[in-house]
Amino acid sequence: MGRLSVNLCGIELDNPVIPASGTFGYGYEYAELFDINCLGTFSFKGTTKDPRFGNPTPRIAECTAGMINAVGLQNPGVEQVIAHELPELKKCFHKPVMANVSGFSVEDYAYTCQKLDKEEQVGWLEVNVSCPNVHGGGMSFGTDPKAAAEVTAAVKKVTTKPVIVKLSPNVTDVVSIAKACEDAGADGISLINTMLGMRFDLRTRKPIIANKMGGFSGPAIFPVALRMVYQVAQSVNVPVVGMGGVSSAEDVIEMMTAGASAVEVGAANLVNPYICKQIIDDLPRVMDEYRINTLSELTGGAF
Amino acid sequence: MKQSYFKIVENTALTDNVYKMVLQGDTSAITAPGQFVNIRLDGLYLRRPISVCDVQGDLLTLIYKTVGKGTKQMSQMTSGKLDVLTGLGNGYDLTDSGEKPVLLGGGVGVPPMYLLAKQLISQGKQVQVVLGFNTAAEVFYEEAFKALGAEVTVTTVDGSYGVKGFVTDVLEGLEYTYFYTCGPEPMLKAVYKASRTSGQMSFEKRMGCGFGACMGCSCKTITGYKRICKEGPVLKKEEILWED
Repeated sequence: MGRLSVNLCGIELDNPVIPASGTFGYGYEYAELFDINCLGTFSFKGTTKDPRFGNPTPRIAECTAGMINAVGLQNPGVEQVIAHELPELKKCFHKPVMANVSGFSVEDYAYTCQKLDKEEQVGWLEVNVSCPNVHGGGMSFGTDPKAAAEVTAAVKKVTTKPVIVKLSPNVTDVVSIAKACEDAGADGISLINTMLGMRFDLRTRKPIIANKMGGFSGPAIFPVALRMVYQVAQSVNVPVVGMGGVSSAEDVIEMMTAGASAVEVGAANLVNPYICKQIIDDLPRVMDEYRINTLSELTGGAF
Repeated sequence: MKQSYFKIVENTALTDNVYKMVLQGDTSAITAPGQFVNIRLDGLYLRRPISVCDVQGDLLTLIYKTVGKGTKQMSQMTSGKLDVLTGLGNGYDLTDSGEKPVLLGGGVGVPPMYLLAKQLISQGKQVQVVLGFNTAAEVFYEEAFKALGAEVTVTTVDGSYGVKGFVTDVLEGLEYTYFYTCGPEPMLKAVYKASRTSGQMSFEKRMGCGFGACMGCSCKTITGYKRICKEGPVLKKEEILWED
């Protein structure tokens, strides 16, 4: 085990750095820029049962220290992902990958997860019950402990690989939802998805985003993410993957101190496509600065 | 695509709100006219996509309009270095131009026509350029296109300079083998309807990353979903699906 390595649900990662779903496609745009095998793993673009175009444009708005997106889970659907995207991904990434799954019904989630579970390269299933950008699905499963538990149980029943449930920050009591998922069999919890936000165009006096609201991400939400990871990690016995505004090696260390076993990096990839590689390269230096021997010793150190 | 630092060599106003910035750096990733670069600016989160006007050796010319915080900030820079992603987007395909193509640029859709005109002329094509503006005070780069050897017509909506009307009013009277265009969407639609040949149009959308990762700028086309930043910004006339 190296200084940077961590264990996530029984699978060892060379380092805890994981590009977050929706900011890294299926890997190949970034593979043009650097060898993406330096990553711990990455969570690929949110996949649904059927192909989706997603929301109308504009889908993006800028904010102070962040951005809003309302892409709406554009993806080619699970059949195409298995037939085309995964074989392409395999050419540039040789480690277990995290399959991110969304749905509009409990059956959708189970169907898509069951298919992806059979794919050799899939290491974990990250079940997104927290997408704020789709109607009648996504986040509605992640704002109610019962619904989140139902999705978790249905997915667990038809899969063999570790199931990590990705939670929304747009709730009053994230701990109760995390606990419900754990009780339903979740092998891990990841959080936070984006925070529901808005921007207006002063010229048109209308929302910038065509879907009106969208998911706010970026450095501005980092403190909120830390708080929620801290709350959840203390309350569950399964590993927590922390994300939300992480943009530097220091942020990774802070997120692990809050209780995360691994860390996802989202919006920062879109601004600096090399950020994950730079964070990984920078970690040993920052660890030395703070006298940290191994990253895995950090997790939960603040409780 | 390449990320590198460029030195600001020049940044001058061409009109009240249109600026020309010349940068010096590694331009090797820029392979076609109509591509764009994505610039990181201090204090602003997302990069700003700006189309390439010209490339000459290690000099990159950008012409941009001050429309928001980012471009206003850019307009005030006189020196220093910029973090730039280069070689983004597909750019124009020159192979179908024929002998006598017409290039139609509207407002800040004019700049990408410059490198395109230059390259077509160097291939021996007879290039006709129609530049559309609202009013005389907005006109820029007419002389630059003339210096390349293009036949240039300028239109203004209010008739204060050149031909009164829209670029399509001039297009109707021209003989051409193919068209290339860039400008505001209403203009693109008008060119789409008025054009008598095949052609290519460059689109603009709010982008997240600019390199195909976030799906922020997707559009529907006859040949499937495309990302304006990656499979665009240039689409062929035959594949365009107007959304409304």
